[in-house]
Amino acid sequence: MDLGDDRATSGRLRRWTARPVVRDSLGVALATGAYGTSFGAVALAGGLDVWQAMGLSLLMFSGGSQFGLVGVIAGGGSPWSGVATAVLLGARNAFYGLRLSRVLELRGWRRALAAQVVIDESSAMSMARADRSEERTGFYVTGVGVYLLWNLGTLVGALGASALSDPRVLGLDAAAPAAFVALLGPRLRDRSTWAVALAGAALAVATTPVLPPGLPVLVAGLFALVVGLWPRRGGGEATR
Amino acid sequence: MIWIAVLVASAGCYLCKLAGLSLPASVLARPAVQRVAGLMPVVLLAALVAVQTVGSGQAVVLDARLAGVAVAGVAVWRRWPFLVVVALAALTTALLRLVVPGS
Repeated sequence: MDLGDDRATSGRLRRWTARPVVRDSLGVALATGAYGTSFGAVALAGGLDVWQAMGLSLLMFSGGSQFGLVGVIAGGGSPWSGVATAVLLGARNAFYGLRLSRVLELRGWRRALAAQVVIDESSAMSMARADRSEERTGFYVTGVGVYLLWNLGTLVGALGASALSDPRVLGLDAAAPAAFVALLGPRLRDRSTWAVALAGAALAVATTPVLPPGLPVLVAGLFALVVGLWPRRGGGEATR
Repeated sequence: MIWIAVLVASAGCYLCKLAGLSLPASVLARPAVQRVAGLMPVVLLAALVAVQTVGSGQAVVLDARLAGVAVAGVAVWRRWPFLVVVALAALTTALLRLVVPGS
Protein backbone atom coordinates (compact mmCIF):
# COMPACT_ATOMS: atom_id res chain seq x y z
CA MET A 1 0.00 0.00 0.00
CA ASP A 2 1.51 3.38 -1.01
CA LEU A 3 1.32 6.64 0.86
CA GLY A 4 -1.72 7.95 -1.06
CA ASP A 5 -3.72 4.85 -0.13
CA ASP A 6 -2.66 5.26 3.46
CA ARG A 7 -3.84 8.84 3.54
CA ALA A 8 -7.17 7.90 1.99
CA THR A 9 -7.63 5.15 4.58
CA SER A 10 -6.87 7.44 7.51
CA GLY A 11 -9.24 10.05 6.06
CA ARG A 12 -12.00 7.44 5.84
CA LEU A 13 -11.25 6.33 9.39
CA ARG A 14 -11.46 9.91 10.64
CA ARG A 15 -14.80 10.49 8.88
CA TRP A 16 -16.08 7.19 10.27
CA THR A 17 -15.17 7.96 13.89
CA ALA A 18 -16.62 11.48 13.49
CA ARG A 19 -20.12 10.01 12.95
CA PRO A 20 -22.07 10.59 16.18
CA VAL A 21 -23.27 6.98 16.37
CA VAL A 22 -19.70 5.66 16.06
CA ARG A 23 -18.29 8.19 18.53
CA ASP A 24 -20.98 7.44 21.12
CA SER A 25 -20.61 3.69 20.66
CA LEU A 26 -16.84 3.82 21.10
CA GLY A 27 -17.33 5.93 24.24
CA VAL A 28 -19.66 3.34 25.71
CA ALA A 29 -17.18 0.59 24.81
CA LEU A 30 -14.36 2.44 26.58
CA ALA A 31 -16.41 3.06 29.72
CA THR A 32 -17.64 -0.54 29.83
CA GLY A 33 -14.12 -1.85 29.27
CA ALA A 34 -12.94 0.22 32.22
CA TYR A 35 -15.43 -1.44 34.51
CA GLY A 36 -14.36 -4.80 33.16
CA THR A 37 -11.39 -4.25 35.47
CA SER A 38 -13.76 -4.32 38.46
CA PHE A 39 -15.22 -7.62 37.23
CA GLY A 40 -11.74 -9.12 36.99
CA ALA A 41 -10.90 -7.97 40.52
CA VAL A 42 -14.24 -9.14 41.97
CA ALA A 43 -13.91 -12.56 40.29
CA LEU A 44 -10.48 -13.10 41.84
CA ALA A 45 -11.71 -11.88 45.25
CA GLY A 46 -14.56 -14.41 44.89
CA GLY A 47 -12.19 -17.33 44.53
CA LEU A 48 -11.92 -17.74 40.75
CA ASP A 49 -8.54 -17.85 39.03
CA VAL A 50 -7.45 -15.57 36.20
CA TRP A 51 -8.38 -18.15 33.52
CA GLN A 52 -11.86 -18.70 34.93
CA ALA A 53 -12.45 -14.93 35.06
CA MET A 54 -11.31 -14.68 31.42
CA GLY A 55 -13.44 -17.70 30.48
CA LEU A 56 -16.52 -15.88 31.79
CA SER A 57 -15.74 -12.65 29.94
CA LEU A 58 -14.96 -14.45 26.67
CA LEU A 59 -17.74 -17.06 26.73
CA MET A 60 -20.56 -15.69 28.90
CA PHE A 61 -20.00 -12.01 28.03
CA SER A 62 -22.92 -10.51 29.93
CA GLY A 63 -21.90 -8.32 32.86
CA GLY A 64 -24.86 -8.92 35.17
CA SER A 65 -24.72 -12.70 34.70
CA GLN A 66 -20.96 -12.79 35.24
CA PHE A 67 -21.19 -10.80 38.49
CA GLY A 68 -24.16 -13.00 39.50
CA LEU A 69 -22.29 -16.28 39.03
CA VAL A 70 -19.21 -14.98 40.85
CA GLY A 71 -21.36 -13.50 43.64
CA VAL A 72 -23.09 -16.80 44.39
CA ILE A 73 -19.83 -18.77 44.33
CA ALA A 74 -18.09 -16.13 46.50
CA GLY A 75 -20.91 -16.45 49.04
CA GLY A 76 -20.23 -20.17 49.34
CA GLY A 77 -23.17 -21.18 47.13
CA SER A 78 -23.18 -24.28 44.96
CA PRO A 79 -21.99 -23.74 41.38
CA TRP A 80 -25.44 -24.85 40.17
CA SER A 81 -27.16 -22.01 42.08
CA GLY A 82 -24.62 -19.77 40.40
CA VAL A 83 -25.50 -21.19 36.97
CA ALA A 84 -29.25 -20.69 37.57
CA THR A 85 -28.72 -17.11 38.78
CA ALA A 86 -26.50 -16.27 35.81
CA VAL A 87 -28.93 -17.71 33.23
CA LEU A 88 -31.97 -16.02 34.81
CA LEU A 89 -30.10 -12.70 34.75
CA GLY A 90 -29.07 -13.36 31.12
CA ALA A 91 -32.65 -14.07 30.00
CA ARG A 92 -33.22 -10.35 29.39
CA ASN A 93 -30.85 -10.55 26.42
CA ALA A 94 -33.49 -12.67 24.66
CA PHE A 95 -35.81 -9.66 24.73
CA TYR A 96 -33.13 -7.42 23.29
CA GLY A 97 -32.57 -10.00 20.55
CA LEU A 98 -36.25 -9.96 19.72
CA ARG A 99 -36.05 -6.27 18.81
CA LEU A 100 -32.63 -6.60 17.20
CA SER A 101 -33.66 -9.48 14.89
CA ARG A 102 -35.78 -7.01 12.91
CA VAL A 103 -32.92 -4.50 12.79
CA LEU A 104 -30.12 -6.91 11.86
CA GLU A 105 -31.98 -9.43 9.64
CA LEU A 106 -29.27 -12.08 9.93
CA ARG A 107 -29.27 -15.82 9.14
CA GLY A 108 -26.95 -18.78 9.70
CA TRP A 109 -23.44 -18.26 11.04
CA ARG A 110 -23.72 -14.45 10.95
CA ARG A 111 -26.67 -14.64 13.33
CA ALA A 112 -24.85 -17.15 15.55
CA LEU A 113 -21.86 -14.80 15.75
CA ALA A 114 -23.87 -11.61 16.31
CA ALA A 115 -25.83 -13.30 19.12
CA GLN A 116 -22.74 -13.29 21.36
CA VAL A 117 -22.67 -9.47 21.43
CA VAL A 118 -26.40 -9.03 22.15
CA ILE A 119 -26.04 -7.25 25.53
CA ASP A 120 -27.41 -4.21 27.41
CA GLU A 121 -25.00 -1.73 25.84
CA SER A 122 -25.17 -2.86 22.19
CA SER A 123 -28.98 -2.99 22.33
CA ALA A 124 -29.23 0.44 23.92
CA MET A 125 -26.87 2.04 21.39
CA SER A 126 -28.92 0.67 18.46
CA MET A 127 -32.11 2.34 19.69
CA ALA A 128 -33.55 5.69 18.63
CA ARG A 129 -31.32 6.10 15.56
CA ALA A 130 -32.21 7.96 12.38
CA ASP A 131 -32.29 4.93 10.10
CA ARG A 132 -31.63 1.20 9.89
CA SER A 133 -27.99 1.60 8.89
CA GLU A 134 -27.30 3.82 11.94
CA GLU A 135 -29.04 1.27 14.17
CA ARG A 136 -26.85 -1.51 12.79
CA THR A 137 -23.70 0.59 13.18
CA GLY A 138 -24.62 1.35 16.81
CA PHE A 139 -25.11 -2.34 17.52
CA TYR A 140 -21.95 -3.65 15.83
CA VAL A 141 -19.52 -0.95 16.96
CA THR A 142 -20.74 -1.10 20.55
CA GLY A 143 -20.98 -4.91 20.62
CA VAL A 144 -17.54 -5.62 19.17
CA GLY A 145 -15.93 -2.67 20.99
CA VAL A 146 -17.30 -3.71 24.37
CA TYR A 147 -16.33 -7.35 23.71
CA LEU A 148 -12.68 -6.44 23.09
CA LEU A 149 -12.33 -3.86 25.87
CA TRP A 150 -14.38 -5.80 28.46
CA ASN A 151 -12.04 -8.76 28.01
CA LEU A 152 -8.95 -6.55 28.16
CA GLY A 153 -10.35 -4.87 31.30
CA THR A 154 -11.09 -8.26 32.90
CA LEU A 155 -7.53 -9.41 32.29
CA VAL A 156 -6.05 -6.23 33.80
CA GLY A 157 -8.36 -6.38 36.86
CA ALA A 158 -7.78 -10.10 37.41
CA LEU A 159 -4.00 -9.85 37.15
CA GLY A 160 -4.05 -6.85 39.51
CA ALA A 161 -6.19 -8.63 42.10
CA SER A 162 -4.21 -11.87 41.84
CA ALA A 163 -1.21 -9.92 43.15
CA LEU A 164 -3.08 -9.32 46.44
CA SER A 165 -2.86 -11.72 49.35
CA ASP A 166 -6.23 -10.84 50.94
CA PRO A 167 -8.82 -8.99 48.83
CA ARG A 168 -10.73 -8.01 52.00
CA VAL A 169 -7.95 -5.53 52.86
CA LEU A 170 -8.90 -3.47 49.81
CA GLY A 171 -12.62 -3.85 50.53
CA LEU A 172 -13.11 -5.90 47.37
CA ASP A 173 -15.80 -8.01 49.05
CA ALA A 174 -17.94 -4.85 49.02
CA ALA A 175 -17.17 -4.23 45.32
CA ALA A 176 -19.56 -6.94 44.06
CA PRO A 177 -22.68 -5.74 45.91
CA ALA A 178 -21.76 -2.16 44.92
CA ALA A 179 -21.66 -3.28 41.29
CA PHE A 180 -25.13 -4.82 41.73
CA VAL A 181 -26.41 -1.52 43.18
CA ALA A 182 -25.07 0.27 40.10
CA LEU A 183 -26.78 -2.24 37.76
CA LEU A 184 -30.01 -2.07 39.77
CA GLY A 185 -30.30 1.72 40.23
CA PRO A 186 -31.46 2.69 36.73
CA ARG A 187 -34.12 -0.07 36.79
CA LEU A 188 -35.85 1.29 39.92
CA ARG A 189 -38.12 3.66 38.05
CA ASP A 190 -41.34 3.61 40.09
CA ARG A 191 -42.69 2.82 43.54
CA SER A 192 -44.04 -0.65 42.67
CA THR A 193 -40.65 -1.72 41.27
CA TRP A 194 -39.00 -0.47 44.48
CA ALA A 195 -41.51 -2.47 46.53
CA VAL A 196 -40.89 -5.71 44.63
CA ALA A 197 -37.11 -5.19 44.83
CA LEU A 198 -37.20 -4.60 48.60
CA ALA A 199 -39.48 -7.61 49.12
CA GLY A 200 -37.11 -9.79 47.08
CA ALA A 201 -34.11 -8.57 49.07
CA ALA A 202 -35.90 -9.14 52.41
CA LEU A 203 -36.94 -12.64 51.31
CA ALA A 204 -33.34 -13.49 50.37
CA VAL A 205 -31.95 -12.29 53.73
CA ALA A 206 -34.74 -14.01 55.68
CA THR A 207 -34.05 -17.38 54.02
CA THR A 208 -30.24 -17.07 54.29
CA PRO A 209 -29.96 -18.83 57.70
CA VAL A 210 -32.16 -21.77 56.64
CA LEU A 211 -31.08 -22.45 53.05
CA PRO A 212 -27.72 -23.39 51.54
CA PRO A 213 -25.85 -20.32 50.17
CA GLY A 214 -26.97 -19.34 46.67
CA LEU A 215 -30.54 -20.60 47.04
CA PRO A 216 -31.94 -17.45 48.76
CA VAL A 217 -31.27 -15.50 45.54
CA LEU A 218 -33.19 -18.13 43.56
CA VAL A 219 -36.07 -17.93 46.06
CA ALA A 220 -36.22 -14.24 45.22
CA GLY A 221 -36.25 -15.17 41.51
CA LEU A 222 -39.20 -17.49 42.15
CA PHE A 223 -40.91 -14.59 43.90
CA ALA A 224 -40.37 -12.40 40.80
CA LEU A 225 -41.95 -15.16 38.68
CA VAL A 226 -45.03 -15.35 40.91
CA VAL A 227 -45.47 -11.55 41.04
CA GLY A 228 -45.05 -11.30 37.26
CA LEU A 229 -47.55 -14.05 36.48
CA TRP A 230 -50.09 -12.90 39.09
CA PRO A 231 -53.28 -11.75 37.32
CA ARG A 232 -53.54 -7.93 37.23
CA ARG A 233 -56.64 -6.12 38.44
CA GLY A 234 -58.11 -4.23 35.49
CA GLY A 235 -55.18 -5.34 33.38
CA GLY A 236 -57.56 -6.75 30.78
CA GLU A 237 -56.62 -10.35 31.58
CA ALA A 238 -59.26 -12.87 32.49
CA THR A 239 -58.68 -14.29 35.95
CA ARG A 240 -60.78 -17.40 35.49
CA MET B 1 -16.35 -27.68 39.39
CA ILE B 2 -16.14 -23.91 38.85
CA TRP B 3 -15.12 -24.58 35.25
CA ILE B 4 -18.24 -26.72 34.67
CA ALA B 5 -20.38 -23.90 36.07
CA VAL B 6 -18.58 -21.38 33.84
CA LEU B 7 -19.18 -23.49 30.72
CA VAL B 8 -22.79 -24.50 31.45
CA ALA B 9 -23.83 -20.98 32.47
CA SER B 10 -22.08 -19.51 29.42
CA ALA B 11 -23.94 -21.94 27.15
CA GLY B 12 -27.23 -21.02 28.85
CA CYS B 13 -26.58 -17.29 28.46
CA TYR B 14 -25.61 -17.75 24.81
CA LEU B 15 -28.80 -19.69 24.09
CA CYS B 16 -30.84 -16.82 25.62
CA LYS B 17 -29.13 -14.37 23.26
CA LEU B 18 -29.59 -16.63 20.23
CA ALA B 19 -33.23 -17.38 21.11
CA GLY B 20 -34.06 -13.67 20.97
CA LEU B 21 -32.66 -13.40 17.45
CA SER B 22 -34.29 -16.65 16.32
CA LEU B 23 -37.70 -17.11 17.99
CA PRO B 24 -40.87 -15.67 16.43
CA ALA B 25 -41.79 -12.37 18.12
CA SER B 26 -45.15 -13.70 19.35
CA VAL B 27 -43.51 -16.09 21.86
CA LEU B 28 -41.75 -13.44 23.91
CA ALA B 29 -44.26 -10.63 23.32
CA ARG B 30 -46.94 -12.07 25.65
CA PRO B 31 -47.72 -9.58 28.48
CA ALA B 32 -47.06 -12.05 31.33
CA VAL B 33 -43.67 -13.02 29.84
CA GLN B 34 -42.79 -9.33 29.42
CA ARG B 35 -43.70 -8.59 33.05
CA VAL B 36 -41.60 -11.46 34.39
CA ALA B 37 -38.72 -10.37 32.15
CA GLY B 38 -38.91 -6.85 33.56
CA LEU B 39 -39.11 -7.94 37.19
CA MET B 40 -36.58 -10.78 37.14
CA PRO B 41 -33.36 -8.71 36.88
CA VAL B 42 -34.65 -6.17 39.43
CA VAL B 43 -35.49 -8.78 42.05
CA LEU B 44 -32.39 -10.94 41.44
CA LEU B 45 -30.08 -7.91 41.65
CA ALA B 46 -31.80 -6.64 44.81
CA ALA B 47 -31.45 -10.08 46.39
CA LEU B 48 -27.79 -10.27 45.38
CA VAL B 49 -27.12 -6.84 46.89
CA ALA B 50 -28.75 -7.91 50.17
CA VAL B 51 -27.09 -11.33 50.42
CA GLN B 52 -23.64 -10.06 49.41
CA THR B 53 -23.84 -7.16 51.87
CA VAL B 54 -24.99 -8.93 55.03
CA GLY B 55 -24.55 -12.63 54.23
CA SER B 56 -21.57 -14.74 55.26
CA GLY B 57 -22.31 -18.36 54.40
CA GLN B 58 -25.54 -19.05 56.27
CA ALA B 59 -24.99 -16.31 58.83
CA VAL B 60 -26.26 -12.73 58.65
CA VAL B 61 -23.39 -10.42 59.62
CA LEU B 62 -23.39 -6.61 59.77
CA ASP B 63 -19.85 -5.41 59.03
CA ALA B 64 -17.86 -2.83 57.05
CA ARG B 65 -19.44 -3.99 53.76
CA LEU B 66 -22.71 -2.34 54.83
CA ALA B 67 -21.05 1.09 54.94
CA GLY B 68 -19.43 0.50 51.55
CA VAL B 69 -22.71 -0.51 49.91
CA ALA B 70 -24.52 2.44 51.52
CA VAL B 71 -21.96 4.79 49.97
CA ALA B 72 -22.49 2.98 46.64
CA GLY B 73 -26.22 3.64 46.98
CA VAL B 74 -25.63 7.37 47.40
CA ALA B 75 -23.21 7.38 44.45
CA VAL B 76 -25.74 5.62 42.20
CA TRP B 77 -28.46 8.04 43.33
CA ARG B 78 -26.13 10.93 42.38
CA ARG B 79 -25.65 9.16 38.98
CA TRP B 80 -21.89 8.85 39.36
CA PRO B 81 -20.08 6.53 36.90
CA PHE B 82 -20.03 2.78 37.52
CA LEU B 83 -16.31 2.62 38.24
CA VAL B 84 -16.57 5.45 40.79
CA VAL B 85 -19.45 3.65 42.54
CA VAL B 86 -17.48 0.41 42.86
CA ALA B 87 -14.22 2.12 43.87
CA LEU B 88 -15.91 4.25 46.55
CA ALA B 89 -17.58 1.17 48.06
CA ALA B 90 -14.29 -0.73 48.23
CA LEU B 91 -12.44 2.30 49.60
CA THR B 92 -15.04 2.97 52.30
CA THR B 93 -14.99 -0.67 53.39
CA ALA B 94 -11.19 -0.81 53.43
CA LEU B 95 -10.87 2.44 55.43
CA LEU B 96 -13.46 1.32 57.96
CA ARG B 97 -11.53 -1.93 58.45
CA LEU B 98 -8.38 0.08 59.11
CA VAL B 99 -10.17 2.12 61.78
CA VAL B 100 -12.22 -0.74 63.24
CA PRO B 101 -10.16 -3.95 62.91
CA GLY B 102 -12.25 -7.07 62.44
CA SER B 103 -15.25 -5.23 60.95
